[in-house]
Amino acid sequence: MSQAPHTPAEPLRHDEQQLLRAVAGSMIPASPGLGLPGADEPAIFAGILAIAGRDPVSVREPLRLLQELSGGAFAALDAARQAAVAAEFRVRYPDPFLFLVNITARCYYRDDRVMRSLGMEPRPPFPLGFEVEQGDWTLLDPVRARGPIFRDAP
Amino acid sequence: MNEPVDVLIIGAGASGAAVAWSLAETRMRILCLEQGGWVQSTDYPSNGRDWESRQMTDFHYNPNIRRRPADYPINEDASPIKVANFNGVGGGTILYAGHFPRLHPSDFRVRTLDGVADDWPIGYSTLESYYAENDRMMGVASLAGDPAYPPKPSVMPPIPLGKTGQVLGRALNDLGWHWWPSDSAITTRDYEGRAKCINLGHCIAGCAQGAKASTDITYWPEALRARVELRTGCRVREVSVNAQGMASGVTYYDSDGIERFQPAEVVILACNGIGTPRILLNSKSALFPDGLANSSGLVGKNLMFHPYATVQAYFDEELDGYRGPHIAIWSQEFYETDSSRGFVRGYTFQCNRGTGPVMNAIGGMRTGRIPWGEGHHAACRRLFDRMSSTAVICEDLPEECNRVTLDPVLTDSSGIPAPRIEYRIGENTQRMAEHAVARATEMYVAAGAYDVHAEFPMRYAGWHLMGTARMGLDPARSVVNEWGRSHDVKNLFIVDGSVFVTSGGVNPTSTIQAIALYVADNIKNRLSNLFD
Repeated sequence: MSQAPHTPAEPLRHDEQQLLRAVAGSMIPASPGLGLPGADEPAIFAGILAIAGRDPVSVREPLRLLQELSGGAFAALDAARQAAVAAEFRVRYPDPFLFLVNITARCYYRDDRVMRSLGMEPRPPFPLGFEVEQGDWTLLDPVRARGPIFRDAP
Repeated sequence: MNEPVDVLIIGAGASGAAVAWSLAETRMRILCLEQGGWVQSTDYPSNGRDWESRQMTDFHYNPNIRRRPADYPINEDASPIKVANFNGVGGGTILYAGHFPRLHPSDFRVRTLDGVADDWPIGYSTLESYYAENDRMMGVASLAGDPAYPPKPSVMPPIPLGKTGQVLGRALNDLGWHWWPSDSAITTRDYEGRAKCINLGHCIAGCAQGAKASTDITYWPEALRARVELRTGCRVREVSVNAQGMASGVTYYDSDGIERFQPAEVVILACNGIGTPRILLNSKSALFPDGLANSSGLVGKNLMFHPYATVQAYFDEELDGYRGPHIAIWSQEFYETDSSRGFVRGYTFQCNRGTGPVMNAIGGMRTGRIPWGEGHHAACRRLFDRMSSTAVICEDLPEECNRVTLDPVLTDSSGIPAPRIEYRIGENTQRMAEHAVARATEMYVAAGAYDVHAEFPMRYAGWHLMGTARMGLDPARSVVNEWGRSHDVKNLFIVDGSVFVTSGGVNPTSTIQAIALYVADNIKNRLSNLFD
């Protein structure tokens, strides 16, 4: 058996895309108070869909499990019930749960509006980098004063 | 058939680069075959807005997830710890944090001092000058005077303590425990054509600034200028032997997938603790039916990983977050054996800064600290930039049941059998990890953290691949001799983590490279009777 290349899989159907969107919006809802979009906002969800589209097979299974836990209609539940189902999902199916969290957070937390709200500049780390204080090197004085702690060996 | 070379090195990572550079002064014809390619600094994730996201895809450190064309699959089903590596020029140094401790003198005398495993046939003093030479070549930032080590020189000032290092340093002082800024393969000033660190904070997925020392920007430019040839996209299948039982060269697939034979007078394996035994075990012949250099039966056995525990803590105050080298300080308070602890040997705390917003959200939701739905934003803000983690590097003792074999079914894209890992965590290590988690928790509580949690073992944390072709004086109990030459095949050398007799409780890269330089010096000094 050779290492299997990623095989082209059937793209996510419209109903699967709609469910994924409902999941994203339920997981990270909009916050009018903070002026934040939800993860189902079109620009953010487009990114989620792009990631999901690269590996639809891996997306289908968590969606199926979530639907199963919801009695078949996750999107129709109210927000409190969705959160309760998600909590059960996290405990019972940690890897599928993490998969959905992963693809959602990866797109949501690189959005300009979201980064600004966290106090970040909306930019990549390179080339400007960041400042980090040197710190107080005299903190090491007690460590020095104690002397060597290694065992010598020939 | 290709033109013969004097020295053929397999693998262009940490050790392959070092041995190539050192041997270059001999003016022998030296060729290195590397299955991956060059990574351009513009390719690294920290160039883009998706810098955290790409660490989970094309810059993931597990090859089974990363699945680049150069990667080979690894059957890890029988191991709780998954392998971390990188296949390309620079090897694992592309995707490491740059934490750069040396082994301690006691690590080479484990049997003598603690009655377990075996002593190394060499000691700290054997490698001391090579450690220093390697620190200069890699450009290591450190603070001289660490009481956990014999005196060692500093090449350049240490990485900053930052808020995280100070908070934890004060706590460790309160506890009376050792700590020190981590020796780091990260330039803190402009050095040998490399720019200094600007705190991108994403060292482990590759450094766009070139401040982190990966061998593609340290050893390789020097080696190439000295006329070493490096051929990329070349995947070695096996080492061949002649009728006299000497290595005659290797069979490999070039970048077009064409099978070629490369004759060589000397073959050096530098593929680390999984790749090296894989090639040896796949090099079967009438003279070596169990794989090359395997008369001891130890090729692939005694795999050591360093099972990692991770302890994460949240604070009310803001720390460094995603800014700065991920690594900050280390503590080796519990490195040396104290039998009252219920285990032998010890561990290092690698105390780290925080994460970016994506990892903050994923980690928080995974552990239930950040809820799904209402409350998500408030919880996310409460945790962001207020986290530190400590990776506990536990010494892993060698056990023959922990091993690399060839998978009977799985192959890479060239049809070469994939490695299969069987690994379990030993009892001594389990007790050590429990002790370490309790002590790290104590440290964080002393530092003022309000929420501390731990995981052991870390699943995707098999960065350190050691022991699968160990060195020793006895051919029945080791694969290579005390200067890296195969006991069975006198023109075959191994210079990577495979030759470790024991693992110590520190990241192995500096020792791997020191060994590579030491073996290279032995080859140079013995040229007239190298095969005797």
